[in-house]
Amino acid sequence: MAQAAKYQTRPLKLWNKAKELRLNHYKDVATAHQNGKLLVTGGTDGFSCLPAGLGDYAYLGGEPWGASISMDPKLATQCVEAMEARNYARDMCAYMRNYWGSMYLNKSPFGGPFPKPDFCLQGGFCDSHHKWFQHVGEFFNVPYFGIDIPLGEPGVGQERKQEYLMGQLLDAIDWMQKVTGRKYDDGKFIEAVNNDIESSALWSQICCLNKAVPAPMDEKMMFTLYIIAVLIRHEKESVDFYKELKAEIQDRVDNKIAAVPNETIRLMHDSQPPWYFLKLWRYLEEYGAAVIGSFYSFTLSGFIEKRDGIWQAGQTPKERGIVMKTREDAVRVLAEWYLRRNVTQEFSLPWVKNQEMVEWAKEWKVNGFIIHLNRGCEGTAFGQMEARGELLKSGIPVMTYEGNMADKRELNEAQTLDRIDAFMESFGLKKKS
Amino acid sequence: METFDQFKKIFQNRHAYAKEWKAKTGKNVFGYMCTYVPEEVIHAAGILPIRILGSHEPQDVTEPHIYTMFCPFSRDVLAQGLQGRYNYLEGVVYAHSCLHMRQAYASWTKHVPMKYSRYIFVPSKVQSPRADPMLTKEIADFRKSLEEFTGKKITDKDLQNSIDVYNTNRRLMRQIYEMRKGDQPLISGTEAAYMVLSSMVSDKAEHNKLLEKAIKELPTRKDLPKPGTRLMIISSILDSIEFLELVEKLDAIIVTDDVCDGTRYFWNEVQPEKDLIHAIALRYINRPPCPAKDWEKRSRYPFIQNLAREYKVQGAIVVQQKFCDPHEFDIPPIMNMLKEMGIPSIFLEFDITVPVGQFHTRVEAFLEMLQLDLV
Repeated sequence: MAQAAKYQTRPLKLWNKAKELRLNHYKDVATAHQNGKLLVTGGTDGFSCLPAGLGDYAYLGGEPWGASISMDPKLATQCVEAMEARNYARDMCAYMRNYWGSMYLNKSPFGGPFPKPDFCLQGGFCDSHHKWFQHVGEFFNVPYFGIDIPLGEPGVGQERKQEYLMGQLLDAIDWMQKVTGRKYDDGKFIEAVNNDIESSALWSQICCLNKAVPAPMDEKMMFTLYIIAVLIRHEKESVDFYKELKAEIQDRVDNKIAAVPNETIRLMHDSQPPWYFLKLWRYLEEYGAAVIGSFYSFTLSGFIEKRDGIWQAGQTPKERGIVMKTREDAVRVLAEWYLRRNVTQEFSLPWVKNQEMVEWAKEWKVNGFIIHLNRGCEGTAFGQMEARGELLKSGIPVMTYEGNMADKRELNEAQTLDRIDAFMESFGLKKKS
Repeated sequence: METFDQFKKIFQNRHAYAKEWKAKTGKNVFGYMCTYVPEEVIHAAGILPIRILGSHEPQDVTEPHIYTMFCPFSRDVLAQGLQGRYNYLEGVVYAHSCLHMRQAYASWTKHVPMKYSRYIFVPSKVQSPRADPMLTKEIADFRKSLEEFTGKKITDKDLQNSIDVYNTNRRLMRQIYEMRKGDQPLISGTEAAYMVLSSMVSDKAEHNKLLEKAIKELPTRKDLPKPGTRLMIISSILDSIEFLELVEKLDAIIVTDDVCDGTRYFWNEVQPEKDLIHAIALRYINRPPCPAKDWEKRSRYPFIQNLAREYKVQGAIVVQQKFCDPHEFDIPPIMNMLKEMGIPSIFLEFDITVPVGQFHTRVEAFLEMLQLDLV
């Protein structure tokens, strides 16, 4: 006999809207040239707002493209094999392998050919990303500009890091005007920067609502919601969506509407998920385990900082009373935001992230962590073993599993589920009927 | 040749060398990770900078700290620290390069007690004009932090002296490399490796004396290396001397390289200018790049092509430390580029230990194939 649910639950009202926004974005990418828009490609950890001053454009983010492909295991295998046939190693960035593979095969995961970009614009700090788009530029014979986000000891040399980043952003704008022949509209750029930061801040505010018990969202749900900020945070549509979503999630908190109706323990994951194996999140729910987020889903397109002793969303320029009037103002605000973001700190030295994980466990009332030792992303693997050590030292149970976010060949589903079973048993949990 | 035996002795006994140097001078020794560290500034502070290298022994001490899918060199380096092999160091310095070495540095600073540690942000976009002021300011700040540590000012005279010593070291090694261009190279690849590696782990002024001695002796050297098929090595760090010896026991001689502990380490000098810190920064910005810093344009290609032509390279061995992302990006296009130049190449993936038997077979087969082509 089925047990009565502990909490009420209901689907998100904005669920279909989220799906629609994502698909519309990819339609926009596929038809950009037909509609007279520029098509720009690059990573989504950087500055997708930068081309806004050029007029209409669509931004093809490399990582979400790679993740989308991995949800189609047959296409994903074709893509990685196309890469391996060109003698590239299989331990390279898994998103990139899918992206390059689809580029070589001229296949889009949404049907049709690979959309040829007008130029590549990559802003980031990862070993792979800058080289990723170097090759894309060479393959399509289109111009490429990379922006190097400076890392280093947190808090050391912030002024010069800011200057270095701002300088490159300004250079990128000059370069884009040159390669496109278009005049740059600073007003549009300022609007895009405001949208970028506001989308991120709103998503972070929503993530903070997940401190509530029961959690109004589970991470599998969050993967469909956070992606809007990853793809189009520079657009007003993204801001509008997150404003609505925040209201809905607040309503769920106020009325104790749970994502997982039998929420018994709360977990956090670490790293990207294996995109082809998201049923792992539903499997955990059979034990009453709600995965309520991760450093990844909270901060890839968000920014959570500690203010007044509480972890909360980063403040937007408007909230800080900053008005952007000029290109330089916008570049300064953008550079400062991107330098302070959790993800930037994570790539510098692991201690900041590891400490955050320990503290977030307390504020989000987390009972344990599941760390995905992700062969597909050495960036998120950076510091993970030390994170495990820190969490265990803090008395927080941790389980690890090896896999790959986008290459199905590298995850053993049965073994992973066995490890989950053992981990759940360590909490004294049994699968609910 | 006796001088090269001394290089070999320094490298093989590098820990003993460093401890003796400390005892002799009463000064500090710092370890550095990555050749983008501006050693001149450390030297100017009166500190001996030495490259932290692995020992090529299997180990399991790094498992709790670094994911096993990080490169074997980074794990080997951390293992040395965790095992106390570098317990004579007062400090450790890392230059921003790749994630794997950054992880080794991060775990080292957490688990291996050091009086001083520093992460120097060396821009990844060395091709940007913004890299110059960024690195100049970063190195200026590094200088201040060293002054605070030692309690002693680093004067411009100290810096100029260190620049001179380092430039001399680079120039002399390049001069010796020139002696590998002829039909009868005057030194083998193994000897060249010992020369460069010993430079990385010793006092540069002492090393310069050995280099000057070698330059005098080489033209009349009797025990010349046996010539053979002329090879180039392309790699990240390659301190597996055992492998180089294996190759050169076959009918081959390594005449040049594009390697972290080879040409990339010493090829360019600090150019004179009044602002010494700026001059040092420019040297590191303009040096032959690590692939992690070789974008948007590829400057490694012309560097490799020029070396291949100047040293009359007939074949290349392209080596990758397993899981090394930056080199994984460059290896296929570099091998294609070499092919277009008419230079066959073989790819070998390295781990902490060298599979001597397997590599022997592969390199032998490669050389047989090459020799057929050359006939």
